[in-house]
Amino acid sequence: MDDVMLQEAISVAASLMLLISFALLAQHRLLSVLHWFAAQGVVLALTTLLVAVISGHYELYFSALMTLLLKGALLPWLLWRIIRKMHVHREVEPLVNMPVTMLIALTLVLICFYVALPIERMSQLVTHNTLAIAMATVFLGMLMMITRKKAITQVIGFLSIENALFFTAVGATHGMPMIVELGVAFDVLIAAIIFGLFFTHMRNTFDSLDLDVIQEKSKR
Amino acid sequence: MSLSMTLWVLNLAQAALMVLAAPLLAGIIQKCKARLQNRRGAPILQPYRNLLKLFGKEALLAENASWIFRTTPYVLFTTTALAASVVPVFLVDLPSALIADVIAMAALLALARFWLALAGMDIGTAFGGMGASREMTFSAMAEPAMLMSMFVMSLGAHSTNLSTMVQHALHLDHLLPSVAFALAALLMVAIAENGRIPIDNPSTHLELTMIHEAMILEYSGRHLALIEWASQIKLLLFATLIISLFVPWGIAESPAIQPVLAALVFWFGKVVLLAVALAVLETGLAKIRLFQVPEYLSTAFVLAFLGMLVHYILEVGA
Repeated sequence: MDDVMLQEAISVAASLMLLISFALLAQHRLLSVLHWFAAQGVVLALTTLLVAVISGHYELYFSALMTLLLKGALLPWLLWRIIRKMHVHREVEPLVNMPVTMLIALTLVLICFYVALPIERMSQLVTHNTLAIAMATVFLGMLMMITRKKAITQVIGFLSIENALFFTAVGATHGMPMIVELGVAFDVLIAAIIFGLFFTHMRNTFDSLDLDVIQEKSKR
Repeated sequence: MSLSMTLWVLNLAQAALMVLAAPLLAGIIQKCKARLQNRRGAPILQPYRNLLKLFGKEALLAENASWIFRTTPYVLFTTTALAASVVPVFLVDLPSALIADVIAMAALLALARFWLALAGMDIGTAFGGMGASREMTFSAMAEPAMLMSMFVMSLGAHSTNLSTMVQHALHLDHLLPSVAFALAALLMVAIAENGRIPIDNPSTHLELTMIHEAMILEYSGRHLALIEWASQIKLLLFATLIISLFVPWGIAESPAIQPVLAALVFWFGKVVLLAVALAVLETGLAKIRLFQVPEYLSTAFVLAFLGMLVHYILEVGA
């Protein structure tokens, strides 16, 4: 593959990341949120693979494989098991209605584009124009955490922020050092397991995973 | 014949083709849907017969129908046919493209919709008013989405002239994500604007759900024929617009016999493919609830807007 084609492939992957971030925000059902989250992991692995081909850093091949296994399969599976075991209500409960969330999300992307523009101009990397999108995906993950009622969707929002940060790192600097990456990967894995335990305790104590309910009950 | 003369003749032929072939498209879709439902279905030419039958029938008018009610079918047909004559079908460089660009085309369709909504309210029946208010509510969201997805294409082409946009699309040699976003948005809008199944069911008169049919409930005879014909033209218009902007390969760039004939064959093939896809979609999907339509349309708008952002972020700087 020549450089132009790789560049185009990176662009496509970046726009897919953006699309998936919006899709995560737009879903009504918890399971489809999970599907899109898994898709985000797969696209992330693909992007890492592309950057590995472009830059020729061999560690990146390894981290692409790790991303695919961890974020494309293991984490979604863990979350799916939690949802099934806890009999969480299947609907996503947003605090703000969908079209308004979408408009906020679009504004966030615009702001990120504006902020990232001068940095992008200085960069010499092949992936320089993905920076705005990477930033936007981080903010969209935060938006998802803020606007959801249920603990489990907030956790998915958190994990998608982690995905977005990984994407930023891969796009902006051709990946973090291997040690850091391994550390973060295991952190995330452990975090997911701790979240699972946490959910169990929350449900045992409060009988619900809805944060409003929990706040209500802890006041008494 | 001089070159500009030939171009005008071809342009008129193209407009006539759009108007005359529109019922055929409706027939093909009906036939496909019937086959998918294990029925034999009416023959493909049935829409022509329906139109002919309706033209032969007496047009009944309600007692309190004003001139708005009587002129609407003609306004509707003329504006839709005019909008259809602007879209490049088999030839890129059209003289009529200078008369109206994308925005004017959308405005012509909006004018048709405005008159139809007025006519819906003119008689004063509950259904007409209900249909009109629904139509206007949804069009307020469909139109920005449609224009936005058009703008994504015109940003790349640096022009809102349809001929220029198609020419630009024809010579694209890069894989552009923004185009995919625009295509997805326009497909969604096209389904909504033509009242096809996830949004509105054109073949039902169920009062709780209908939008388009509610407005034309009072029409009969030649008026109804013109309205039905106009909505068939609108469907073909959207199909051709999508084909010419996003998969224009095969369209003729010079008014010579051979490329034009080849382009005609290509266009026809692509329209049939789109018709089959629509029939499969309509068979597979259920109509969504009326209250979910705004969300559907805002998704289309978000997709189109993302297309624009992606164009600026990924494609302008690169």
